Amino acid sequence: MLDLINVSMTFNPGTPNAKTALSDFSVHLDDGDFVTIIGSNGAGKSTMFNAIAGTFFVDSGSIKLGGQDITYLPEHKRSRIIGRMFQDPLKGTAPSMSIEENLALAYLRSGEGFSPFSHITNRDKQEFREKLSLLGMGLEDRMKQPVGLLSGGQRQALTLLMATMVTPKLLLLDEHTAALDPGTADKVIELTKKIVEENHITCMMITHNMKQALEIGNRTFLMSNGKVVYDVKGEERSKLTVNDLLEKFKVGTGQALDNDRMLLS
Amino acid sequence: MLYILKTALELGFLYAMVPIALFISYRVLDIADLTTDGCFVLGAAVSVMMAKAGHPILGIPLAMLAGACAGFITAFLHTKLKVPSILSGIITNTGLYTINLMVMGWSSNQSLLKQGTVFSMLKNALKDQKTDFMVKLSDWYAVILSSVVVIIVSLLILAFLGTRLGLSIRATGDNLDMVRASSINPAFTITVGLCIANAMTALSGAMVGQYQKTVDINSGTGIVVIGLACLIIGETIIGRRPFFKGIIAAVVGSIVYRIIYAVVLYTKVLPVEFLKLITAIVVALAIAFPAIRKWFAFQGKKIRHSQGEKAASSTNESGKGDK
Repeated sequence: MLDLINVSMTFNPGTPNAKTALSDFSVHLDDGDFVTIIGSNGAGKSTMFNAIAGTFFVDSGSIKLGGQDITYLPEHKRSRIIGRMFQDPLKGTAPSMSIEENLALAYLRSGEGFSPFSHITNRDKQEFREKLSLLGMGLEDRMKQPVGLLSGGQRQALTLLMATMVTPKLLLLDEHTAALDPGTADKVIELTKKIVEENHITCMMITHNMKQALEIGNRTFLMSNGKVVYDVKGEERSKLTVNDLLEKFKVGTGQALDNDRMLLS
Repeated sequence: MLYILKTALELGFLYAMVPIALFISYRVLDIADLTTDGCFVLGAAVSVMMAKAGHPILGIPLAMLAGACAGFITAFLHTKLKVPSILSGIITNTGLYTINLMVMGWSSNQSLLKQGTVFSMLKNALKDQKTDFMVKLSDWYAVILSSVVVIIVSLLILAFLGTRLGLSIRATGDNLDMVRASSINPAFTITVGLCIANAMTALSGAMVGQYQKTVDINSGTGIVVIGLACLIIGETIIGRRPFFKGIIAAVVGSIVYRIIYAVVLYTKVLPVEFLKLITAIVVALAIAFPAIRKWFAFQGKKIRHSQGEKAASSTNESGKGDK
């Protein structure tokens, strides 16, 4: 499904601030894989996501998604087949526009059947209403309200709905529950699992929660210094405990965990 | 008095397309588009020169097209060549000075003498009706024509902003990250938005040019600040939410501004030359209002805090004295 082949990326090359974020990075995902990704700060997790989503073009190597070479495809074109969510709930929605208008924008990703001058129809509204009711947050009765009035959790749930409204080939989740309170985070995680399973979406999720990393999905990456140092799935993964993972972390990176947040919960 | 009102309405509607343009660029796209001044003169120049050549009606759409081209250049500089948006506008504006002179046949002003304008055409058409009502109405020809144009344009823009392309443009000013993630090319939406905004500015210039039967190379100076003042005055009266009120606010603000202008002009409470300074101060204060309010709130907090401290220390001291 997704192939990154020998991808390298250096920021500020040729200056004292040069930072090699990805070096000769290769990874292969099968159709329907749900990969959780852990690693300390600066390990290259977000850089990998940015490379896949097209925030920048990589220095060398190639990126393929579903057989299509997307290495030099601009970001806004990639977003037709890649859904993405960030840690910051404010990033995924337009605050001064209504829920309905935000959803209509998400629909644009289907890329066909819409004239740029078409309006939101009643049939669209009916569909938005049905999809919103699946979130179980009562948003279907507030479709005319600006998104800026929603809570962080509600906005993140809405963003999830928007990112998957037109089923993407790949869904990138960058710690998308980290800014939410535990209860809301659980709810958004449940929604994520449900939507990803129902639509059979290939998905990658960065998390700092070790337990979550092992519980969700079918595969786990441990990243360090721009490389995947540990890649586990199947039976080996199902036997893994959080303590095993911590041990792997020490062996894989040659350093102890520098982030207390990962140890919690 | 009626005459003052009539003049205010005429100028208010004629200039209303400028705050509407600024509503699109400044409020919707969140870009301060300084192309406006030069673009206004460009519209006036094209329309007056076309009227001079005997094509007053054709001059209006051509002026809008010229304005859209100016907007396109600003958008190109900003989105493709990564020039900061304010600087892009200033660069285009500076270049337009020469273009405008070129359009006006390398002369700094041009006047229409006996050539017809869209206004004189309507006036004569109304007079030809020969009924009393129509002849009376012919006095108000400029108000009628300009208000009809403004209303049609406003309705078209409102309808457009509800379309998928319109929504994309609104989202571009609201959340750029989200726009990229929705497969919209922000360079495209910014370009479309600025083209439409500048076409509106040029339309205003085109109407004003034919109304005054003259165009001067400097007639656009300060138009952008006046337009912003109109928009802000209107928003204070009408409100900003839901967003479509912005267009009504632009029109209402423009008329109110011209009424104030006319009153100052006729009552002479102030020399008219002061108006631009006052306009500038009004705009600066209105845009600075949130910061000013915050500063006062903070000073209030500081004073209350120090008074609280004093009260606390004095009670402490009196407590010690008792012992």
